[in-house]
Amino acid sequence: MTRFILSRIAFGVLVLFLLSVFVFMLFYVSPSDPARIIAGDKATEELMAQIRANLGLDRPITEQYVTFIGNLLQGDLGYSYRSSMPVSELVVSRIPVTMSLVFGGMVFWLAIGIPIGIVSAKHPGSVRDRLGQGFAIVGISFPTFVLGMLALYLLYFVPTKLGFMLFPPSGYVPFEQSPLQWAWHLLLPWLTLALVVAAVYARLTRGQMLEVLGQDYIRTARAKGVDERRVTYVHAFRSAMPPLVTQLGIDIGLMLGGVIVIEQVFGLLGVGSLAVTSVAMQDRPVVIAIVLLGGVFVVVSNLVVDTTYALLDSRVRTATR
Amino acid sequence: MTILLDVRDLAVDIPTEDGTVHAVQHVSFAVNEGEFFGVVGESGSGKSVMVQSIMGLVPGARTSGSVLFRDRDLLSLAPEQLRSVRGREISMIFQDPLSSLHPQYTVGWQIVEQIQAHEKVSTKAAKARAIDLLDRVRIPDAAARFDAYPHQFSGGMRQRVMIAMGLSLGPALIIADEPTTALDSTVQAQILDLLGEMRSEFGTTVLMISHDLGVLSRVADRVMVMYGGRRMELGAADAVLCGPAHPYTAGLLRSSSFNREPGTPLVPIGGRPPSLLAPPEGCAFRDRCPDAMSICGTKPPVRHYDDGTEVACWLESTPVEPDPPVLPPPSLLASPDDPIVKVDGLRLTFPQRRGEPRVVLDDISLEVRRGETLGLVGESGCGKTTLARAIAGLVAPTAGTVEFDGAPTGNLDRAQWRDLRRRVQLVFQDPFGSLNPRRRVGSIIGDPFRIHRLASGAERQAKVQELMELVGLNPEHYNRFPSQFSGGQRQRIGIARALALNPELVILDEPVSALDVSIQAQVLNLLDELQRRLGLTYLFISHDLAVVRHVCDRIAVMEGGRIVELGTADEVWNDPQQPFTRRLLAAAAPEIPREPRDRRLLPLSVAGAGQQPVSGHPADRHAADRIAVEVAS
Repeated sequence: MTRFILSRIAFGVLVLFLLSVFVFMLFYVSPSDPARIIAGDKATEELMAQIRANLGLDRPITEQYVTFIGNLLQGDLGYSYRSSMPVSELVVSRIPVTMSLVFGGMVFWLAIGIPIGIVSAKHPGSVRDRLGQGFAIVGISFPTFVLGMLALYLLYFVPTKLGFMLFPPSGYVPFEQSPLQWAWHLLLPWLTLALVVAAVYARLTRGQMLEVLGQDYIRTARAKGVDERRVTYVHAFRSAMPPLVTQLGIDIGLMLGGVIVIEQVFGLLGVGSLAVTSVAMQDRPVVIAIVLLGGVFVVVSNLVVDTTYALLDSRVRTATR
Repeated sequence: MTILLDVRDLAVDIPTEDGTVHAVQHVSFAVNEGEFFGVVGESGSGKSVMVQSIMGLVPGARTSGSVLFRDRDLLSLAPEQLRSVRGREISMIFQDPLSSLHPQYTVGWQIVEQIQAHEKVSTKAAKARAIDLLDRVRIPDAAARFDAYPHQFSGGMRQRVMIAMGLSLGPALIIADEPTTALDSTVQAQILDLLGEMRSEFGTTVLMISHDLGVLSRVADRVMVMYGGRRMELGAADAVLCGPAHPYTAGLLRSSSFNREPGTPLVPIGGRPPSLLAPPEGCAFRDRCPDAMSICGTKPPVRHYDDGTEVACWLESTPVEPDPPVLPPPSLLASPDDPIVKVDGLRLTFPQRRGEPRVVLDDISLEVRRGETLGLVGESGCGKTTLARAIAGLVAPTAGTVEFDGAPTGNLDRAQWRDLRRRVQLVFQDPFGSLNPRRRVGSIIGDPFRIHRLASGAERQAKVQELMELVGLNPEHYNRFPSQFSGGQRQRIGIARALALNPELVILDEPVSALDVSIQAQVLNLLDELQRRLGLTYLFISHDLAVVRHVCDRIAVMEGGRIVELGTADEVWNDPQQPFTRRLLAAAAPEIPREPRDRRLLPLSVAGAGQQPVSGHPADRHAADRIAVEVAS
């Protein structure tokens, strides 16, 4: 098991290394000039040369990359071209917002998607099944920003017009400051995110459960006299979980790198909105940091998924021992 | 004798997309307390659906009739009441113990769960009971194995776990649904013995379902024969199996290879079972019955014999013995001087990640004589399929040589390798998995012509249709897909494909294991006939000693990658030298003696008081007669 985890970690490091080379190259070949962005349209050629020299942009790409990696290993991601703040500080300050959004949203989408999937699978073809799957289709088909705008309109704008505030329009209150305000501010984004993602989980759960419920060992459980609730949750759902965990790992890993649309719609200053502004501003160090951060999240969540898989499945566990 | 389970007029309908499947049609039987009651039938006879619907385990099934168990009708119990019966008073053991145990929980956990589903006992106490049960079904080191997962057990051990679980609450009735079918024959015998022992130790009644007459003849007190969702015959096991009164039972016995002298051709039951979507009006077996009369188009009455046997049939005499099919004389006689394959010192090992390489085949030397059928028997994992693949040149040996027709098969160039592919063909076990479901039968059988660029277009089609004719398929079905054929027909497709290029050696890897007894006989006879006509050499792989003995000239017994015994079929069968061979033989089904019964048919009015012998409108009867005549002509 330890060997298995170590090999996964080594592989993850390799992935991150390749990713860093790739992003670095991408910026090197991009036509825009950071010096122009920093200095503005009216800057003289001399000033721009000065800036390039300061940033080390005049040196060969390999040298730039080696310096970058050397600094990175010491925890130094450089300074933002735009705000001159240390990149690490800038990015780290955005992580709590995105994490709050993603993990809170996860609770909701699992709480919505999985029960719908289970009920659908228990009564395939029934009215409940059709309603649940209809909901899933709607969730999958709606663009995120439309759902977000709708939620804002119906739950913020309309109530405010009528004279009371059901939900705040936007913003983020740190959890340490006030857990209640934190949740209140995040509830609309959570629900919007959940509505979009729950659909995937409802369908996945339904498919998995349908397959598992047809297995011989489910019949055995019923023949043993195990009651139907236990058959569903302890026997069937247990076996349906691994693919859900995989999907969850992929989703969480991707979203922690920034939930761009929802962050934009609800004015949350998370990693996603930082990514948007940094890309627009050609803020190279920040963009590289965000891409690498996303890579780290994907690698870590995959590692967590693989480990969880081993815990969930006795066959994998005994094979990797 | 008290009746424990009284099934009356049970009908089970299962709605499907194709229509309603009438899986069980008005079946009645009673199981007495303490007896071993066997239900025999081929796939589609409704036997599994019947017992599972008794327990409420068939989703979506509509049942009618009644199932009285200890004064309660199981069919009308509320779900919670039925749940408390399941596992506590009636428990079930299923066919495949691997898929029937939850893969993610330990076996101990699964037994404890059953105990705690019905009794309020502490986990510790339940665990102690579970260990005791595992010990009683002779799982070695039960306490340590309590925490093992199903995949860490062998097949036989898993079935022991299932039995331990079934016995955990001392049920009055155990329903065993093909409990030994997925197991090797020696393990099969052990499990049957264990079931018998547990029955006397726990005083449990056993209702066992099997497709295997040999298995049931060993253990059952009474037997019920089912066909097409209906009850055909019911009575004491020796009465039913030694002197069958129903033509179907007689036909099953005639087509069972364990029950026929080697060399005598099997007498297959022609045709195929009726569709359960639209069951025939009269007798379900009429179309395939050698005794069919015009009256058989009307529902047959239940007739009673004075020895207690009940038969649903119009026939009043013993069923006729149809003549065995006449086979052409062999076109090639095998002789020891003319080997087609020579294997010398063959050794095959697979490297393992850690430690020693795994030896799969160990120092094997044998000859396959031109024109003979050489049987390879052994239990799963003994290397018989690997040996066949090595002989076919599909895996390279680690050491030793394989010669085909005098030329070594190692280091062949491309053309030679292709030529070998033409001369050696394979037929696989699973007629469902080995045919591509999305390709038409004609193109599957035509593949060899295409691959070897031997024929195309109309010529290829003609050749394929000729082959279909040869193996007994309708050539007009050229454009159908494999799913439109039954298991036996699919195996014929596999055989036709193998024969396309006039091979010299055909390797048959468990060619009939997945087929029903009556279909098995058809395929075995076909193989025999083709061998005689075409001068083929067969390498016949099977775990079933009875089948091997029936079709093979010589038998090689394999154990753990070695050939432990090799001799003529007679020698191996009658005078086994090795302990392993003796064990295999002891586990094989015994021949069922055929005895004429001295019994009297009771008049209908006396016996079938509640039965309506002939029902339906006169016009219906007329129509039925007409159908019968058409079938006969």
